[in-house]
Amino acid sequence: MLALEFPPINEILRWQDVFPSFNKIAIIAVAAALIGTLIFLIAGNADGSKAPRGVRNLAEAIVEFIEGQIIMPTMGRDGLGWTPFLLSIFSFIYLCNVPGIIPIIQMPATARMAIPLFLSLLVWIVFIGVGFKHQGLGYLKSSLFPPGVPAALYILVTPIEFISTFLVRPFSLTVRLFANMLAGHILLVTFALLTESLVQGGNIALVPVGILPFFMLVFLTAFEVLVAFLQAYIFTILAAVYIGGAAHPEH
Amino acid sequence: MEAFTILAQEADKAAAAASSAGFAYGLAAIGPGIGIGYLVGKSVEAMARQPEAAGMVRTTMFLGIAFTEALALIGFVVFILIGL
Repeated sequence: MLALEFPPINEILRWQDVFPSFNKIAIIAVAAALIGTLIFLIAGNADGSKAPRGVRNLAEAIVEFIEGQIIMPTMGRDGLGWTPFLLSIFSFIYLCNVPGIIPIIQMPATARMAIPLFLSLLVWIVFIGVGFKHQGLGYLKSSLFPPGVPAALYILVTPIEFISTFLVRPFSLTVRLFANMLAGHILLVTFALLTESLVQGGNIALVPVGILPFFMLVFLTAFEVLVAFLQAYIFTILAAVYIGGAAHPEH
Repeated sequence: MEAFTILAQEADKAAAAASSAGFAYGLAAIGPGIGIGYLVGKSVEAMARQPEAAGMVRTTMFLGIAFTEALALIGFVVFILIGL
């Protein structure tokens, strides 16, 4: 039989602490924040009168993507003022996700609960704040008592709306990002372990079989490139939808 | 002798936890699986009928996938909480 020892969950998610409570995740998160800031600082200082090249080209492509693909379809023209906020959320999440597939580092910082939780609480506070700023106390009325519902049904609808808007939204934003990245990470660990134990297990007959999980590992790594981008995109577009919905209630 | 029974009970508990975690994730994956398949199928149909609306359909499709997928992911979190 194969002796496949799956490491405990703590072992695949933690490195040795560099300083007390400052581990790999924190280093990746700080690096992601710094790299993101650096890219846009360099791009902002580049000469804007010539054709963009290098870092500025990249930064312009990202900004255009945020404006064209995320803000315009969800918030419309009024939402363009939210570009800096959504841009920083997008680039931070993407740069936190991508280390999951970079060799040697191989740990998405968003696979721990803390970073997604912090980001979605931020979005939660922002969209509730925007709702009260744009509509005053009418925000509670428009979100808890949706128009076009018979009065007797409010007994049912209001608690459901309260739970889904104010409690489930931050929870589902957190869990979506966290669980996607954690699932991808555990999949990669599983297939890497399987390959290792088949090839180095000491049984010559099993070595050719080890090619199969290895191909799966390569394929899943390519898949994680897609997931890293897609999760950053989905988090940002949901934040845009929530903020847009709080600013302009449907009638 | 007593130690053996305690050990056996612990092993039973671990096995029960592992299999119920497996069941939890399997059950949680059925609904979202059907849902995402249906959703993407319909979106492809819409894009094929009206290629000029493809961008809008794609955005809405991703939103729908995000909401549907959340159920499966909550199942995955439950799997980790019980199983590991």
